[in-house]
Amino acid sequence: MMRKMRGTALVALGSTVALLVSGCIGASSDPDGGDSSENAEAQEFTWWHNSNGGDGEEYYAQVAADFEAETGATVNIEAMEHQDMLTKLQAAFQSGDDEQIPDVYMSRGGGELGAEVEAGLVRDLTEDSADTISTISNFTDQYTVDDKVYALPYSIGLVGFWYNKEIFEKAGITEVSPSPTIEEFDGYVEKLKDSGATPLSVGAGDKWPAAHYWYYGVVRECPYETVEAAIDSADYSDPCFLEAGEHVEDILAQEPFNRGFLTTPAQTGPTSASGLLATGKVGMELAGHWEPTTASDLTADGKVPDFLGWFAFPTFEGQGGDPVDQMGGGDAWSVSSAAPDVAVEFANYLLTDEVQQGFAERDMGLPTNPAATGSLTNETLAQLIPVRDGGGVTQLYLDTRLGQSVGGAMNDEIALLFAGEAGPQDVVDAIQAAAEAEQ
Amino acid sequence: MTSTAQGGRDKVSRGKVSSAWRKRLEIAFFVTPALALFALFVIWPIITAVQLSVFRWKGFGPLTDFVGLRNYLTVLNDDVFVDAVIHNLIIVGGSIVVQLPLGLAIALLLNRKMWGQGLLRTIIFVPYVLAEVIAGVVWFQLLQPQYGVIDNLLGSVGLEAPEQGWLGDPELALWTVLVVLTWKYLGLAVILFLAGLQSVPEELYEAAQLDGATWWQVQRTITVPLLGPTMRTWAFLSMIGSLQLFDMVWILTGGGPANSTTTMATYLINQGTQSQNFGIAGAASVILFVIALVMAVLYQQLVLSRDTRPDVVTRKKKTREVIR
Repeated sequence: MMRKMRGTALVALGSTVALLVSGCIGASSDPDGGDSSENAEAQEFTWWHNSNGGDGEEYYAQVAADFEAETGATVNIEAMEHQDMLTKLQAAFQSGDDEQIPDVYMSRGGGELGAEVEAGLVRDLTEDSADTISTISNFTDQYTVDDKVYALPYSIGLVGFWYNKEIFEKAGITEVSPSPTIEEFDGYVEKLKDSGATPLSVGAGDKWPAAHYWYYGVVRECPYETVEAAIDSADYSDPCFLEAGEHVEDILAQEPFNRGFLTTPAQTGPTSASGLLATGKVGMELAGHWEPTTASDLTADGKVPDFLGWFAFPTFEGQGGDPVDQMGGGDAWSVSSAAPDVAVEFANYLLTDEVQQGFAERDMGLPTNPAATGSLTNETLAQLIPVRDGGGVTQLYLDTRLGQSVGGAMNDEIALLFAGEAGPQDVVDAIQAAAEAEQ
Repeated sequence: MTSTAQGGRDKVSRGKVSSAWRKRLEIAFFVTPALALFALFVIWPIITAVQLSVFRWKGFGPLTDFVGLRNYLTVLNDDVFVDAVIHNLIIVGGSIVVQLPLGLAIALLLNRKMWGQGLLRTIIFVPYVLAEVIAGVVWFQLLQPQYGVIDNLLGSVGLEAPEQGWLGDPELALWTVLVVLTWKYLGLAVILFLAGLQSVPEELYEAAQLDGATWWQVQRTITVPLLGPTMRTWAFLSMIGSLQLFDMVWILTGGGPANSTTTMATYLINQGTQSQNFGIAGAASVILFVIALVMAVLYQQLVLSRDTRPDVVTRKKKTREVIR
């Protein structure tokens, strides 16, 4: 009986292996069957982007069609929801299969891009895109690894305070400085509280919106070079990092945030941090340039609220960082290492004056090509341009800059700082430990 | 004569052999798809997790950075993971301690002939049928501080809700999650107990009634002991589900605030897909697997084996005969 079962098991195992092997062989066989010519393959490429609706999707379809008409290439577009795109991109990179990895795709730069470069997934654009890079050179720093540019930033925005002008007026705040000092900012919070309004919303449930306060603390207290040196040497002992946390503690001590902010999501639903601002429940929120679009998705009429205003993160007296430096980030076009040359040509095309002007006219982001910055039609967004281009550096979101491993550990600890379960030194220690583990 | 007899035996023997092979092929034919799926979706992921757990891997390129058991040490020395294990154990214990008596009481109540029995059974079971994510989102909205229904209801009767909300207060969040889990999974316990109650012979109740036993005595000495195997099986399912808990916590709190609701599953997702520490996530998943396996085997050996031991079955039969 035992022997019979063993025999059966062997047959079953054999069949299983045969099935799996045949499946594997089937998967690895040439899907083209050798039909398509090499020339056609060299002119065909895939493009992933996140403008998956409305004007943006139509515009990008038109841009691709124009490029196809001009060059004879074939652009296979996949427009996806942002988070879906990130997940799919990560899965494609994990597969290591050139067929799965898109030829032109969105990159967020910093440590994430560094890890992709290290894995040999991204194409060096320094020479092939030299002209484009010289046009947008103010923004290529965070997309440069070992002096080589691996992505072409096409939209760089800032994080700042979006505020409700009506609530501010009701609270008696008649003058709002575009770049307030911390004393002025504290005054806004106090007046809002006195008027019975909730001064701020923050999506600490998603961690990164809370972490933006700490990042800005770093931008204000640490000169840009100090941050870069700390990242390069994995040494965060400079006291400026500690001061960043102390500023966050001072803000928290005023208890300015919405009730339940520790589990409030960033942008999902009307009770998210963005939802509370969009529906007139709080005075202000620290958020990026995406906020008007996000807010319009969370209002009943689907429009950007008229009451939305913007000012920069406050400065501190005697701060170590340059007051004109800001924190933000954006998106860039990367080309995968196995992509055909025409994909690089397309990435350059996306940064031309004409394409960037169309991008700005539709308020799809804040263009990096100087010839297009004047084309923004949305006044709320347009007011960010002089601050961004005011001579300072735009420090990339620190979690992106440090990469997901160190960035994740940092955000986790900052969330604990917001919950009162960790102090400024704990945040620095967590970053230091994660950075050392990466070495 | 002899040769003919021999030839006949050969034929019979050949027939037996071919029939045996046919049977084997039949079994192989039916078992292979299931084995293939099992290998692909269970064995292969386990092997991959073990493999990942001894490498440092960010999700790109080949596995080259071998680190031995360092990822395991990182996980076991991480306070967040240790807390996650404690949270899982609290949920295992809490679920059983709360749902067992509550489920039993409701099952006993619903086992009586009463008006609206079917409707009540459906109402109790509906939460279990709901997708966990949908139930989570609904509860998340109900529990919203200031704007949620629960806070408003409490406010209307003069009670004050916690400042940070039920899910935002690190002291309350885990207990709130446990309440939601009880609401979600109580229906399963009730339905299983009701099914178990159907197998208790009616004659036992009649005999007890003739002996003048009170309702409480009947439940204590007949119903509960005979419902034992059902309760033990339910407790096993509840334990495994609580150890693997992910969806509800992820939707309600994401493991926060201040890691107060982190479970082993949310920890490994956070380390894996959020922070791209796939090696650490792999080590955490292997530890979760080992903990679940050890608890399952121990439970099987110490608790469930009582229901399958032949002597127990015989003894039970004898007891029944004596009662009769």
